[in-house]
Amino acid sequence: MSAVFEQIFQVGFLAAIIRIATPLAFATLGEMFSERAGVLNLGIEGIMLLSAMAGFTAASLSGNLWLGVLVAVLVGALMGALHALFTVALGLSQHVCGIGVTLFSSGLAYFLYRLIFGQQSVPPSIDGFKPVPIPLLSDIPILGPAVFNQFTLVYLAIVAVPLAAFVLYRTPWGLSVRMVGENPRAADSAGVSVIATRFQAVILGGALMGLAGAFLTMAQFNAFTFGVVSGRGWVAIALVVFGRWDPWRSAGAALLFAFVDALQLRMQASGLGHIPYEAFLMLPFIFTIVAMAFMSRNAVAPSALLKPFRREER
Amino acid sequence: MSAPLIEMRGITKIFGAVKANEAVDLSVAPGEILGLLGENGAGKTTLMNVLFGAYAPDAGEILVEGRPVAIHNSADALAAGIGMVHQHFHLAPRLTVLENLLIGIPGKSGRIDRAGGLARLQEIGHQHGLSLDPNLPVSALSVGEQQRLEIIKALFRGAKLLILDEPTAVLAPSEVDGLFAALRSMAAQGLGIIFISHKLNEVRALTHRCVVLRHGKVAGRVDHPASTTSAEMAKLMCGHEIVPPTREASTPGAAVLTLDGISTSGHAGTPLRDVSLFVRAGEILGIAGVSGNGQRALADVISGMLPPKAGTMTIAGKTVTQFSPRELQALGLGRIPEDRMTTGLVTNLPLADSMVLPRIGTESFSRKGLLNPTAIRAFAEEQIKAYDIRCPGPMVRAGALSGGNLQKALLARELAFDPKVLIVSQPTRGLDIGAARFIHEKFLAMRAKGCGIIVIGEDLEELLMLSDRIAVMYEGRIAGTLPSADATVARLGLMMTGAVQTGEAA
Ligand SMILES: Nc1ncnc2c1ncn2[C@@H]1O[C@H](COP(=O)(O)OP(=O)(O)O)[C@@H](O)[C@H]1O
Ligand SMILES: [Mg+2]
Repeated sequence: MSAVFEQIFQVGFLAAIIRIATPLAFATLGEMFSERAGVLNLGIEGIMLLSAMAGFTAASLSGNLWLGVLVAVLVGALMGALHALFTVALGLSQHVCGIGVTLFSSGLAYFLYRLIFGQQSVPPSIDGFKPVPIPLLSDIPILGPAVFNQFTLVYLAIVAVPLAAFVLYRTPWGLSVRMVGENPRAADSAGVSVIATRFQAVILGGALMGLAGAFLTMAQFNAFTFGVVSGRGWVAIALVVFGRWDPWRSAGAALLFAFVDALQLRMQASGLGHIPYEAFLMLPFIFTIVAMAFMSRNAVAPSALLKPFRREER
Repeated sequence: MSAPLIEMRGITKIFGAVKANEAVDLSVAPGEILGLLGENGAGKTTLMNVLFGAYAPDAGEILVEGRPVAIHNSADALAAGIGMVHQHFHLAPRLTVLENLLIGIPGKSGRIDRAGGLARLQEIGHQHGLSLDPNLPVSALSVGEQQRLEIIKALFRGAKLLILDEPTAVLAPSEVDGLFAALRSMAAQGLGIIFISHKLNEVRALTHRCVVLRHGKVAGRVDHPASTTSAEMAKLMCGHEIVPPTREASTPGAAVLTLDGISTSGHAGTPLRDVSLFVRAGEILGIAGVSGNGQRALADVISGMLPPKAGTMTIAGKTVTQFSPRELQALGLGRIPEDRMTTGLVTNLPLADSMVLPRIGTESFSRKGLLNPTAIRAFAEEQIKAYDIRCPGPMVRAGALSGGNLQKALLARELAFDPKVLIVSQPTRGLDIGAARFIHEKFLAMRAKGCGIIVIGEDLEELLMLSDRIAVMYEGRIAGTLPSADATVARLGLMMTGAVQTGEAA
C-alpha cells in the first residue's frame, strides 16, 4: 500500500493539480463575474468548447499560439455578448438561453471543425505551449518545479485570482457589478446602467471561459476532440456555488476539485487495477456533489440572480 | 420671485389603460417643503418617478432652475440635482453602508474612493445631524436607519431637491420627529423637498405648500397647510366629505369563535401563553398591543397555520384546534393577513388568480379538477367593480397594484363568501383616509350581518372606533379586556406597556 501512496504523491502530483485547476479557475472566475451581476450563464460548457476549437484552429492555421489564445478569448466574449443579448437586453429566461447557447456553440464547434479539418483517423495536433520556468522561483524544492515551471497561461490564472478580487471589491465597476446582482433598482437609481454593467460582466465572463477553452486545446491536450471540455463547464458552475461567489474561494474550490481529479488519475495508474477505472473517474464528481450539499446550505446567491431588469415594472 | 428650483409642466404618464398622471403642473422653490397628497393610486409615486427619470413621461417637460432639461434616467436626474428616497428602499442589504453610498460614484485612480466617501459622509453628518456606521451591512440597519442612508445617499450626490415617497409610513412615531427635524434643517439650508404622505396631520405640521392629486390630475393646491383643516384637505383628496362611520348599537349573539388556554411554541416572534378569548356573532373584538407581543402567533393560530401546543379553539361550538387553514375556511373563517405582499397574494400571478386562491379547488372556480378560467375572471371582474379596485383589469400582475387596491382585493376575496368569523391584521396600514374609511364601513356592515370580527392593530383610535370590546396583548398574554365604552387611548396605552392589568379576563 505504501508503494501506491508513493506513486501517487510524487513531485508531479502537485504540478498536475495546478494544471488541472487552471482551466477550471478561468471558467469559475468567468461564471462568477456573470453571476455576481445577476446572470447565470449555462452557456459555459458550449462557450468553452467553441473557444477551444476556434483557438486551436487559429493556432494551427497561423502557427501562432498567442493568436490562438486571442481568438479563443474573442470568441468567448462574443458568445457572452450573445447570451447577454438574450438575457439582459431582451430579459429572456437565463436557463433556457444558457442551454441554447451551449447547444448552439457545441454544434457550431463540431460543424466548423469538420468543415476545416475533415474526417481524419488521427486528430490533427499542434505544438502547444511549453512550460516556462521562472528564474530563481523554479529552484525552490517541490514547489518550484510544480508551480513555477508551468505554462504562461497557468501564471496568468494565478494572477487572475487576486486581480478578479481586486476588480470586484475595490473598483467602482466591481461595486456596480455586485450592486446590479443584488438590487438592480438600487444601481439604476444611483445612475448606474444595469444593462451596460450586466453586458460587461457577462462578456468578461465569456472571455474568461474562452481562456479556459484555449488552455485545453493549446496547453493541456494540444489537439481538439469533441470531448475536450467534458463537463468542466458544468463543474465550474458548481464551483461558483461552492466558492460562494467569491474569487478567492472559487479558486480554492477549483484547486480542491483538481486535487481530487489528480488523485483519481494517479489511482487509476497505480496498482489499484482491480477496481474498474470508471469508479475513479466518478470521484471528483461525487466530491463535487457532496461538497455542494454541505456548502450550498449557507451559500447565499446574489439576490437578483436570474431576475431580468425592466425599469418601468414594479 | 426667482425661477423655482424645479418645475414640472403638463406631465402625463399612461400605463396601458391607466392615466397615472394627466397634465400635472408642480414647482418647488429652494428652501421649500412641498407636500404631495393624494389617495392611494392617485399617481404621486408615478409623478415622482417621472421627475427622477425612472419613468419616461408621455407628455410634458421638466425645468431645473428655469432651464428645460431632458431626464431619461436616474443618472440625468442626479446630475440635475434631484435625489429620491423611494417608498421601497433602493439598497443592497448585503453590501455595506459605504458601498451603498459609493455606488455609481467615479473612483480615484481606478479604485473605489473610500477615504473621500468617509469624509463626505462625516461632512453630511455634521451638516444635518445624520450619521451612520459606514462599515455595517445594510441588513443590520433598522428601517429608520435605512431611510437615513437613502437620504444621505441623495445628499451625497449633491441633491438640491429631495423627494421622499411616504417616508413616515415605515417609521415609528418617535422616529418621525427625528426625520422632520432633519428635513427642516435641510430646507433651512436651501434644499427643496417634496414630501409625499397621506397622513394629513404630518403634512400640516411639516409642509409650506401642498399639491393634491386625484385620479392623476391636480385636484387642488393648498397654500397654507398649517391653517387648513384636515377635513378640507381630505375633501380635496377624495372629492367628497369624509364622514366617520357610526357603529350602531347591537346585541351580539352567541360566541362564534373561542380560544381557551391557547399556548404556542416554535414560532417566529413571541409565542402565545395561555390565551383565552372569544368573539360573538355581530361583534368586533379589537386586539391592541405594541406589535411583536404575540399578535402574529394569534393570527396564525386562528387561521390554522400554527397548531397550538395547548388549549382548544372552537368555531360555532365545534372544536377545530388542529384544523388546517382550508378546513377552517370551509367552516366560514375569513382571514386578511398582515403582509399583503408575502402572505396575502402571489405578486407574480394575475390578480384574478390571487383573488380566488383560498378557494381555488372549490366548485365555484374549478370543474372536474380543472380550473375554470371564465368563472375566475368573472368573479375577479365583479369584485373589481364592486370594490372600485383601480387596476388595468383582472389579468394584471397583482404586484402592480398599489397597497390600497391590494387591500381592497383581499377584502373582496374574503367578504364575497360571507365569513362567520373574520380575522384581520393591520387592516388599514399604509392606506389613505378614503380607503381606510371604505374598509371600516365594510367591517361594520359585516358586523351588522352577524359576522364576528377580530381586528388586530396598533392604531388605537381606529380600534376604539371599530370595536365593541378591546383586548390588550402583552408578551404573548391577554393583559386584559375592556368594553370599548370604558376604554380610552391613555388606559389602553398603559395596559400595552404591561403596567396594569384590568378587565374581565386576566
Ligand atoms: N409600473 C406600473 N405599471 C403599471 N401601472 C402602474 C405602474 N405604476 C403605477 N401604476 C398605476 O398608476 C396609478 C398610480 O399609481 P401610483 O403612482 O403608485 O399611486 P400613488 O403613489 O399615488 O399611490 C395606479 O393606478 C397604478 O396601478
Ligand atoms: Mg405611492
